[in-house]
Amino acid sequence: MNDIQPEGRDGAGPATMTVRPGFSWAGVLLGMRMVMPFVPGILTFATVYGAAAAAKGLTLGQTLAMSGIVYAGLSQMVVLQIWTENWTLASLGTIAILTAAINARMILMGASLQPWLKHAPVPLNAVNLFLFTDQSWVIGLRHYESGGRDFGVLLGVGLLTWPLWVMAAVPGFLAGAAMGDPARFGLDLVIPIMFAIMLVPLWRGARPAVPWAVGGLVALIVSEIGGGYLYIVAGAVAGGLAGAFLPEKADA
Amino acid sequence: MLEMLRAMPADVVVIAVMALTTYACRISGVVLMSVVTVTPPVERALKALPGSIIMATVLPLVAKAGPGAIITLVLALAVMVWRRNDLLALGAGLAFIVAWRALGL
Repeated sequence: MNDIQPEGRDGAGPATMTVRPGFSWAGVLLGMRMVMPFVPGILTFATVYGAAAAAKGLTLGQTLAMSGIVYAGLSQMVVLQIWTENWTLASLGTIAILTAAINARMILMGASLQPWLKHAPVPLNAVNLFLFTDQSWVIGLRHYESGGRDFGVLLGVGLLTWPLWVMAAVPGFLAGAAMGDPARFGLDLVIPIMFAIMLVPLWRGARPAVPWAVGGLVALIVSEIGGGYLYIVAGAVAGGLAGAFLPEKADA
Repeated sequence: MLEMLRAMPADVVVIAVMALTTYACRISGVVLMSVVTVTPPVERALKALPGSIIMATVLPLVAKAGPGAIITLVLALAVMVWRRNDLLALGAGLAFIVAWRALGL
């Protein structure tokens, strides 16, 4: 019955972790540790957001409320671009559609973790999903793929990231846009790198990777023809469909 | 409902709409999959999803970011295959892109 062995070799699920789905504070600490590589990028992005919000004329209260309650960096930045003093129902509708388009990828990320999350109590899922980000997804996936099942990992990621994301907007808001280019330190590539290297533990041979190629290709095409922020969803759905219609083995 | 919206400060409504939309995105995948019957095709779709999300996120991004970003990801992937160590792979990728950009390439 030892088909799933949690292992410590890659730091994604040490041997002390429960294999049965469950929650532990050790898991919370593990999640905090696993999100550390992302922290410089989160702090920088939050500072940039704070500066952009100040430039758009938001109050500090509005700026922090958006970070704390919406808690989705890219959609916050995009909404700032169309922030206005005179709101109409039409501009409100635009905001809702833009926000949904940018964050629709999280629908698919949530679906991909559902085989694990379905074992969690609803209140815990409610909190973990409120705090759910790209970082949560890739760290949760890493943990799950290496045999871990501890919901505390997701909570740990959120508990560390949320206050940092909210508070780091303050210096940006106060100092304005007076800072260096984060790209100089490669911080714009931290998430792409962490996503890409996740392909290695996910790898099960060439055939299961065919849908990935389909997904990547469709996303590339949609983004090239100006599909806005929906290219991730388009690619993910295409990859999922390819997986559904492509039997894993000829004899399966 | 509309009357209630009009009575509230506009910025509160905007932030609330954003927050509700985002939270709906965050929970609906998990909620949806708990009511969908997991047939073999659905299971295969779910299995294909993580890799597809990654490719769909990363490919368009590096296509725009240029050759430096592409080499960075290939290098990080190579280190990951070689050592199976996330931090080492991230470090190698970042070290490369910092040097690449410092040289103004």
